[in-house]
Amino acid sequence: MPDSATLPTLEDALALGLTEQEYELVCEKQDGPPNQVELAMYSLLWSEHCAYKHSKRLLRTLPTEGRYVVMGPGENAGAVDVGGGLVCAFKVESHNHPSAVEPFQGAATGVGGILRDIFAIGARPIAVLDSLRFGEPTGARSRYLLDEAVSGIGHYGNSIGVPTVGGEVYFERPYEQNCLVNAMALGLGEREKLVRSAAAGVGNTLLLFGARTGRDGIGGASVLASAELGDADEDKRPTVQVGDPFEEKKLLECSLELLERGLLVALQDLGAAGLTSSAAEMASKGEVGIDLDVGKIPLREPGMVPFEVMVSESQERMLCVVEPANVEAVMALCEKWEVNSAAIGVVTETNRMRVLDGEELVGDMPVRALVDDCPLYDLAPVKPATPIYAPPEARLAQDVSLREVLLALLASPNIASRRPLFEQYDSIVQSRTVRRPEQADAAVLALDRGPHPAGEDRPIPGLAVSIDCNGRRVAADPYRGTIEAVLECASNLACVGAEPLGTTNNLNFGNPERPHVAWQLTESVRGLGDACRALEAPIVGGNVSLYNETSSGPIYPTPVIGMVGSLPDARCAGRLGFARAGDTIALVGPFAPSLAASELAKLRGDGLPDGLPDIDIGAVHAAQFAIRGAVRVGGLSSAHDIAEGGLATALAECCLAGGLGSDVRLPAPGDGDPLADLFGEASGGFLVSGTSNGVSSLGRRTPVHVIGTVNGDSLQVGIGDLTLSVTLAELAQAHGALAELFG
Amino acid sequence: MRARVLIRPKAGILDPQGEAVERALPALGFAGVANVHVGRLVELDIDDPAQLEDMCEKLLANPLVEDYEVQLLDGNG
Amino acid sequence: MRFGVLQFPGSCDEVDALDAARRVGDADLLWHGERDLRGADAIVVPGGFSYGDYLRAGAIARFAPVMESVIDFARDGGPVLGICNGFQVLCEARLLPGALLGNVNQRFTFRQVELDVVNPDSTFTRACAGGERLSIPAKHAWGRYYADERTLREIEDAGQVILRYVKGENFNGSLNEIAGVSNERGNVFGLMPPPEHAVDELVGGSADGLKIFESMRMAVEGVHA
Repeated sequence: MPDSATLPTLEDALALGLTEQEYELVCEKQDGPPNQVELAMYSLLWSEHCAYKHSKRLLRTLPTEGRYVVMGPGENAGAVDVGGGLVCAFKVESHNHPSAVEPFQGAATGVGGILRDIFAIGARPIAVLDSLRFGEPTGARSRYLLDEAVSGIGHYGNSIGVPTVGGEVYFERPYEQNCLVNAMALGLGEREKLVRSAAAGVGNTLLLFGARTGRDGIGGASVLASAELGDADEDKRPTVQVGDPFEEKKLLECSLELLERGLLVALQDLGAAGLTSSAAEMASKGEVGIDLDVGKIPLREPGMVPFEVMVSESQERMLCVVEPANVEAVMALCEKWEVNSAAIGVVTETNRMRVLDGEELVGDMPVRALVDDCPLYDLAPVKPATPIYAPPEARLAQDVSLREVLLALLASPNIASRRPLFEQYDSIVQSRTVRRPEQADAAVLALDRGPHPAGEDRPIPGLAVSIDCNGRRVAADPYRGTIEAVLECASNLACVGAEPLGTTNNLNFGNPERPHVAWQLTESVRGLGDACRALEAPIVGGNVSLYNETSSGPIYPTPVIGMVGSLPDARCAGRLGFARAGDTIALVGPFAPSLAASELAKLRGDGLPDGLPDIDIGAVHAAQFAIRGAVRVGGLSSAHDIAEGGLATALAECCLAGGLGSDVRLPAPGDGDPLADLFGEASGGFLVSGTSNGVSSLGRRTPVHVIGTVNGDSLQVGIGDLTLSVTLAELAQAHGALAELFG
Repeated sequence: MRARVLIRPKAGILDPQGEAVERALPALGFAGVANVHVGRLVELDIDDPAQLEDMCEKLLANPLVEDYEVQLLDGNG
Repeated sequence: MRFGVLQFPGSCDEVDALDAARRVGDADLLWHGERDLRGADAIVVPGGFSYGDYLRAGAIARFAPVMESVIDFARDGGPVLGICNGFQVLCEARLLPGALLGNVNQRFTFRQVELDVVNPDSTFTRACAGGERLSIPAKHAWGRYYADERTLREIEDAGQVILRYVKGENFNGSLNEIAGVSNERGNVFGLMPPPEHAVDELVGGSADGLKIFESMRMAVEGVHA
């Protein structure tokens, strides 16, 4: 960069990621070419990552209102009412590009960032979930990324005392060069005490607290998140942020106490684009101006120039607006928590963002231009005429026995037990976790920390949460595949007895300027909107990550869905494992399985089909309603949504979780081929167990087929003339396949 | 005065980090490596180097399970 | 019966410990910077990552002002329970023999474990029967108990080994499967698996951990009776 005396050129602007037209627009807004500080700030705020240039218009079509919504999109996190004067704040965000470069820190700071979004609105974080995508684990690099990302998530979440209660991971070749690390967090707060981020009160003080500012992640937002990754990734390493969960723990307690004491007018966390985006967004929301002095900011590195201070992405920092009379009390509280604090600016009525370095004015921009006037682009979607993704390598021969198919599916990386991952996470700190990973289809948390004495007869209200998306199925059919992801979340919630309250989403896609990716994005958002409307689970917030693409092509379109639900009594929360020998097993719901885009099709090396079968959302919704009701009254011993690997895989999972075998009889398949019935996939299928009365009562609302009984110590399925018989020990062995990835 | 303290796991105590590194190096093609141990390094500016031993005993190392070595560096470190 | 639960910067499970202690008696949080133990009959040093586990787990927390009072309290015979990070702090403070090293698998591991009550007469286990098994979750990265040969022999002979991991449950590599150990006098005790996370069937899967807090209450009230 030239020194601040000379003006940056168009070439500099292009190097920072702006287009020529965008640069010219900046010059217009600034009445002349921008200086170094100004160009740096525009390049960040007008980057895809901050401005959502290619997605904002599309996102406006999503449903965002509903009877439980207290805070919708646009704030640091969304929030839904959970009764008792409390709200649950939640959101999912991505940290994909940093994780590809430095996976431990990328994943760790991803968790740190989403946690800050939660306590920035005044909610105490109570849970984290992660959604990960890597290339096939046969590749050393993918194994390395997986290992480091899981370590990073565990390191941050465990150290800060927030339990990691769930998540998902998929391994597919299109993610090999572009891994995905999405982190979701939930928090609890009092409805009356939620705080917003709009700066207000001309004359009020702008105060920065938290860690010192260094050179972390400089240029991160524009350099990494808005461009496809090239081959020269190594020199992007200095721009990755390094997180410190201990610092964040102190910051969290300090922030919550500041809010508890009513000392703050507004609060915002510093994330991508650091002080630039936080200050500008606070000013924009409040329709005010801000004067900010970089000379007052506590620095970690000597000799940082103003633009570096403004774009630094040093972690664990918060920005607040404080009435002058309260500044001393705020700083005293920060000192108690051993957190740095500094008054760095003032709210003005100029509607301009003015950056000073002591007495010298080094940047002066209209707030509107920075935040609101960034150009938005329409997508030009075109459905691809030929397949974008190469068929996967075949790993299973065509003519193997049913037994071998089941064992191969259970051992496949997308289905095998995730125990080696989730054992690296503390899933119980804060004493709320009622269902831990692998105990049920969704994580369940008690709203109240307890005690919950065993003898007492009061219901214990709970929250449930699930995070899901099968990118391969979305690639086969972006519209229906996205609907399936939303239905999957709601089905998982239903299996524990929870009703959806709201949804968050992280849209992970390739380069939106390419017509086929634009088509994927447009169709996916259409499906997202339709599904959320049908389920009455509005979007309360989310994130978009575009340009996940290299010379070998885009990732599978991966709209990761996070859904939060409530259940009136956590003591009745459902479980997925069979519980009692003699229980009736039933297949419930409008289940119409097909091998199209299934895990079995992948193992056999089939290419993606062009489209998925139609979904009767209403019928699936009815099944979810029925299951939920039955679980809530304790009418079932177990409930499990059928997903990857189909019915037989779900059956194996229920046997393994319960430590009990099963004896199942299925009708002969119509076309003589048992594979679709046993291993085919679709929305709306549930495997439940219980007394025969408990099970048959579901039949009032949704199809119920009694298929067998819980007994013995092996999985037995008769289908037509064929039988499938596998012992629990053999199932467990196949299911434990991921353990070898973690040495 | 600039000082450097090297902290090593005591001999005889299982050092799984050292073992993991020792296993990983040959896998990357480096032969002839043995006896790997992983420790910690603390570097500081100090007015009175005589205090270093006490600092090591009290805080910088855990003498039950770690050995330490103090190096006094000249101005060029 | 009044428990005092210490709170350091970076403590995570202090509120869980406070809630567990409150099922058995009264309990207060004691800030690391204050020396006043507020009339506590027993002290709990909780789990978490005090001072970020910087340098070594517990290495910095042991010097907190509140710990000066805790050391005096322990020297006077007061009961002190160290849980997970608290166990690490007590070893660093030399109130307990030995040290906690990194898990042999070099990873943070969370798993429900079974523990044998080896010594049912201690201040911390008198509510248990000899040979009883406790089901408590364990969650740590630095839980491998180590003491040199001579110290190990001494603590085994003196009955200071209070809890052992049931065979097959010792994932961290602790010598002699030691999960919990006391000082010679028996009034200071540390264990890696946190009992405050097993006081409630609904969230803990077991209420076995409550016995440890219950034992402390019995010991204290027995003294006053």
